Amino acid sequence: MSNDIPVLEMRGISKSFGPVQALADVDFRVHAGEVVGLVGDNGAGKSTLIKAISGVQPADSGEILFEGRPVSISHPNDATRLGIATVYQDLALCDNLDVVANLFIGQEMVAGGVAGAFRALDEVGMEHRSHELLNQLAVTIPSVRSEVGMLSGGQRQIVAIARSLLGEPRVVLLDEPTAALGVRQTALVLELVNRLRDRGYGVVLISHNLVDVFEVVDRITVLRLGRNVADFKRSETTQQEVVAAITGALTGAGAGNSGGER
Amino acid sequence: MTVTSGQTAAPALAEEGAFQPRQFARRFLQGDLGSLRVILGLVIIWIIFQSQNDRFLSAVNLTNLVLQVTAVGLISVGIVLVLLLGEIDLSVGAVSGVTSAIMAVANVKHGWAPVPALALAILAGAAIGLLQGFVLARFGVPSFVVTLAGLLGWQGAQLYVLGDTGTININDPTIVGLTGTFYSTTVSWVIAAVAIGAYVLASLVGRRRRAAARLPVEPLPALVLRLAAVSGAAIAAVAITTSDRGLPLAGLILVAFVVLFDWLVRRTQFGRHVFAVGGNAEAARRAGIRVERIRIVVFALSGTMAAIGGIMAASRLLAVNQSSGGSDLLLIAIAGPVVAGTSLFGGRGSVWSALLGALVIGSISNGMDLLALESSVKFMITGAVLLLAVVIDAIARKQRRAAGRL
Repeated sequence: MSNDIPVLEMRGISKSFGPVQALADVDFRVHAGEVVGLVGDNGAGKSTLIKAISGVQPADSGEILFEGRPVSISHPNDATRLGIATVYQDLALCDNLDVVANLFIGQEMVAGGVAGAFRALDEVGMEHRSHELLNQLAVTIPSVRSEVGMLSGGQRQIVAIARSLLGEPRVVLLDEPTAALGVRQTALVLELVNRLRDRGYGVVLISHNLVDVFEVVDRITVLRLGRNVADFKRSETTQQEVVAAITGALTGAGAGNSGGER
Repeated sequence: MTVTSGQTAAPALAEEGAFQPRQFARRFLQGDLGSLRVILGLVIIWIIFQSQNDRFLSAVNLTNLVLQVTAVGLISVGIVLVLLLGEIDLSVGAVSGVTSAIMAVANVKHGWAPVPALALAILAGAAIGLLQGFVLARFGVPSFVVTLAGLLGWQGAQLYVLGDTGTININDPTIVGLTGTFYSTTVSWVIAAVAIGAYVLASLVGRRRRAAARLPVEPLPALVLRLAAVSGAAIAAVAITTSDRGLPLAGLILVAFVVLFDWLVRRTQFGRHVFAVGGNAEAARRAGIRVERIRIVVFALSGTMAAIGGIMAASRLLAVNQSSGGSDLLLIAIAGPVVAGTSLFGGRGSVWSALLGALVIGSISNGMDLLALESSVKFMITGAVLLLAVVIDAIARKQRRAAGRL
């Protein structure tokens, strides 16, 4: 397996906002074909780490390796160019547009020839590609021409994730993809996460919901107060242990694979 | 005129298989087939006025109606774009006034040839829109305020441009011809045949491309119905107008701009971005759409269409005066698309609503003139119709929400 070199590795990432140290010397990695759960209490630094990866808010110091090469991510475009796609919690979909339009928003396919000079849309091409993409992911949506506002929460999440895959990324960051979803909708989304792993993407799942996390992840990285406190293999841990790491009951005990410092 | 709903309706129908009357009724009420609802409303209005005065549906009066709605319809085309963004442009009346004054002064006082004078007016409209768009995009001032300032400012500019004379009469044959040209029977039928041919051809080519990509296509009966309805409308328009003075150039100009902008809005990347910004500006920005640039272009287009509408109004009045572009022109230009189903909140609507809305309001105004009603009554009835239309729209929106759609 080529799993030795992580597709994305962060080493010694620090970030402060004035006097507040949001991230202190944090390490993080994800391999291709691996789902990593990033968990922690509110204020643990999950969002800050995600923003550092996605380029929205670059880190102050630390090293980022993409497929083993050192890279710098100082703008969202850098992340996109490397192949890191982020799906934010609020999805950023246009409810008034159909699925096809939302999948291609901002990166529409334009027709060739004379019509292309006027930036006419290649609707046939986009619809075709949409079917292809959704079929690959084996997701069902009533019609690619239905308005996104008509879809259920889970289906909307699926559209948002599918959209992030159009740019053919290597790593997909999912920020709370199952928050506010019902049981069935959650199952749909988690199924899709499993399929992303099977297709060889590196997936980072940020979630509060440990049940959901345990359902799909291979590894769990726990942050607490801006520091790494634990890194578990799912097969070798329990929810109780993870909760203990999140709340700090584990700190100092040295449990887990990497253990907590201090 | 079902073009607007075709985009979403057709594939859905294709996948659901057979035509379902109950579902059709539900979609109709919820405004998915908004254009159809407006056309039904228009038919009812026409029946009411025809029953009161049998000259209402005469060829002469219907031709007059076309001429009456041309200017406001053209201004509304620009307004639709602004509404799709979820913005408002209160300056279009004043812009149509000042630009037509510029045209009249250039042509009459400075002896410019008609085409350069027209071009100058249109460029001035575009420049004014560009300026307003730039201010509201650059400084983040609400469009309501910027264009309200524009409303006052451009009215002042209009008085200044017109100077002491106040009224400038226009007798240039080209400018007057914009609303005074009627095509002979033969030419009219040729135009209709070409237009219908182009529409049928475009529909069939589009259908073949979808079929070639193995995508669901509109069911054949729906396609035939749509083609028949549009062809029928074109044939009826030519048959009626040629039994009076002939097919009016003004009407053709209006329809041409509606078709052009409808294509721009529904079929180009620019139009898609307009809908995206109107639906969720933050999402559009994150997707890499240059939101500010879209705003500026839309306001420039709105100014351009205001100038074109102002020119048509001046051509029909044979003059530009201090009240050109004033009175209720602005309000009707905004009310029209809203009556015909374009949302004031952005992201939903169609360019055809500019034409249909102008026809609805124009028909009511024209009909009440035929009945020789007092101005007081006319204003109150027009207000009531506008209110009714907006209430219907609000109810439709509520039902959509209840049905689980935002």
